[in-house]
Amino acid sequence: MSVMGLFFVVIFSFALLWLARQGVFASHWLEEGEVARYRRAGGAEPPPAVKVGLAIFLAVAGCLFSLLAAAFFMRGDAPDWQMPPIPRVLWFDTFLLAVSSVALQVALVAARRADAARVKTALLVGAVTAALFLIGQIWAWRELIELRFFASSNAANAFFYLLTGAHALHLIGGLVALARTTDKVRGAVRVTKELTASVELCAIYWHFLLFVWLLMFAMLIGWADGFGVVCRRLLS
Amino acid sequence: MTDASIPQNVAPPPAEVEDVELYHAHSWLTKYVFSQDAKVIAIQYAGTAIAVGVLALVLSWVIRLQLAFPGAIPFIDAEVYYQSVTMHGMIMVVYMLTAIFLGGFGNYLIPLMVGARDMVFPYVNMLSYWVYLIATLILVSSYFVPGGPTGAGWTLYPPQSILTGTPGHEWGIILMLASLILFIVGFTMGGLNYVVTVLQARTRGMTLMRMPLTVWGIFSAAVMALLAFPGLFVACVMLLLDRTLGTSFFMPSLVELGERKDYVGGSPILFQHLFWFFGHPEVYIVALPAFGIVSDLISVHARKNIFGYRMMVWAIIAIGVLSMVVWGHHMYISGMDPWFGFFFAVTTLAIAVPTALKVYNWVLTLWHADIHFTTPMLFALGFLVTFVNGGITGLYLGNVIVDVPLSATLFVVAHFHMVMGIAPVLVIFGAIYHWYPKITGRMMDERLGKIHFWITFLGAYAIFFPMHYLGVLGMPRRFYEMGETAFVPASAETLNIVITITALAVGFAQSIFFYNLFKSLKHGAPAGGNPWRAASLEWQTPETPPGHGNWGKHLPVVYRWPYAYSVPGAAEDYLPQNAPPLAGEHSP
Repeated sequence: MSVMGLFFVVIFSFALLWLARQGVFASHWLEEGEVARYRRAGGAEPPPAVKVGLAIFLAVAGCLFSLLAAAFFMRGDAPDWQMPPIPRVLWFDTFLLAVSSVALQVALVAARRADAARVKTALLVGAVTAALFLIGQIWAWRELIELRFFASSNAANAFFYLLTGAHALHLIGGLVALARTTDKVRGAVRVTKELTASVELCAIYWHFLLFVWLLMFAMLIGWADGFGVVCRRLLS
Repeated sequence: MTDASIPQNVAPPPAEVEDVELYHAHSWLTKYVFSQDAKVIAIQYAGTAIAVGVLALVLSWVIRLQLAFPGAIPFIDAEVYYQSVTMHGMIMVVYMLTAIFLGGFGNYLIPLMVGARDMVFPYVNMLSYWVYLIATLILVSSYFVPGGPTGAGWTLYPPQSILTGTPGHEWGIILMLASLILFIVGFTMGGLNYVVTVLQARTRGMTLMRMPLTVWGIFSAAVMALLAFPGLFVACVMLLLDRTLGTSFFMPSLVELGERKDYVGGSPILFQHLFWFFGHPEVYIVALPAFGIVSDLISVHARKNIFGYRMMVWAIIAIGVLSMVVWGHHMYISGMDPWFGFFFAVTTLAIAVPTALKVYNWVLTLWHADIHFTTPMLFALGFLVTFVNGGITGLYLGNVIVDVPLSATLFVVAHFHMVMGIAPVLVIFGAIYHWYPKITGRMMDERLGKIHFWITFLGAYAIFFPMHYLGVLGMPRRFYEMGETAFVPASAETLNIVITITALAVGFAQSIFFYNLFKSLKHGAPAGGNPWRAASLEWQTPETPPGHGNWGKHLPVVYRWPYAYSVPGAAEDYLPQNAPPLAGEHSP
């Protein structure tokens, strides 16, 4: 559960910083309020709600993955724990997901420059590489099953399927959103502000999933074992 | 400081968040059933929650009847008893309290109180309710599968929850886990809405420190729920895999009915960590909205501003943060490291500080106030007393050495029913009496309301107060029957019978409330827009009940906090949040 501790330190720091900036330390009887703020800012509007919505969702998804990681380290302490061999295809998959993430970043930059043709290509590259990543994950699962590393035979195998499965489900959800964005871009003659916003949301989500995947991959191939030992020592 | 291009005296144009394109209902079906209007969704949420709540109330009678008259009622056998205990607990905590506070009051009050037209994602909001309804139906459907619902206790501890011998180990447990997973998915959709609406859709002038405490309470509870429910989600998914695929996340190697199972090395303690990681914040997910609502009820009906508003806000935030790091106090008897127990005891007792701060502030708000003993006020006062009562026994149980002997007794049952059963329920009743005029345009009957209050309040004490004594006596909880036990005197048996009869009576007395609720719909006195002369924004809507979009043509502009009562120099004894500034008042 030390993982959760770390996660909370990060989340709460963000939240408190945000609250402070939003004036939670203000005295309401002295506060000028948004009426005055509006006059000062000359009528600037707040950031779009969907972006804030995505940020909150990422916090929830982050919490979910941190809990899975915490469970992974706690369960990994048991004597029966035996990590399965990691399929080689996962290295290639990691590369694919990184390419996908970069492609979406390129799409975002292109969208900001209103370069419609490049946005289309970049989104397509992003979607195809992400889909290939998923196929690669299925490949990895099949490889493990053929080698008779079943979910029921060892908890480490079960965690392998659970972690990669949870990540893949999130990516599939992202692909639906990406497909809708690509569809909008395909029909569009020029890049609108709204389109840029959807491309941005997809890009942020992709970076998040790449980040989660990198940490998860480190856990699966054993690079995070030392961290797990520290976690357990802290709690017992 | 002031931009010269915008004249000082002209109200700025209302803030409209761009993305909120209100969906206009075209048919009866989209207006009342698949509605995207937060107010309709709120009523659907609350209606469903109250309906399953009544089911859970009936289940509590089953428990009580068995405890008072063991074996006297033929259909209550050990299986039915454990199933009732489990379903009563789970329904009340998750499907009733969480759903009604966040889904019900959250949906109705957040947009109105912060001056928004609707939630920011109305479609997702609608989806949230329907997923919740499906989750509830799946849970209830477990009564109709072979083996019936699960009887594993609401904590669903493995390994027993999925082994033969526990009622409902065939299908009941699977349905329970599936239902919880769906509930969490549905809740996450709703929770995102509540949080983002508070962050993004506040009307102009509604700064964070001008939000009513109700909104603060619901907002913090929603944030906590978003961070806590994943714990239950992970636990449920992993337990479901253990049950269906035979993985060993939680299941240790064991022999069942003489047969060696395939499970190896799983950790039941891991489940407890994940479960209580959700389970403890859950207490405050229920309590924080209640804190917020009670602050508003007390302030309005005592005609006085809430004492220490800023402290109240910070206390809510502090309680929210602290409550995420105390889950271990549910696991003192799981054999944890003493230092670990010490850490959790310290954080647990530390919560008493912000909580006591809130209690003092409520009392100081009442001090020298113009208290109107209306039904909502009575319920708010009832909450105050009950919450202090339950909180103090919480201080006992927060200490490891006191908890260890008391943990398996009725003392714990008495404690958590006082603090997170009766106290929040009193607030729910108070809130319904308070906001009913806004929701329906008619007042509820005050006389019936007061009768309802006294029966419920005194009755709840008659039920749960003696349980403390039974607990200290050593009367164990969870037991189906006691049989011949030397340490249980005959007087304890009598006390049990008294508790049961009171519980039946108090349960039936709730029909007064339902009668009042439905009768007032048609025959209640017309309420007008603001019967309590309250200052917060939801009472200033152009129509009552508020129409689709809440505010007519223009969003309100807010100039002050929501507790401007008994303001010197004002024409009335309150100043609505959106009333233009008085001469000499600090310029907003």
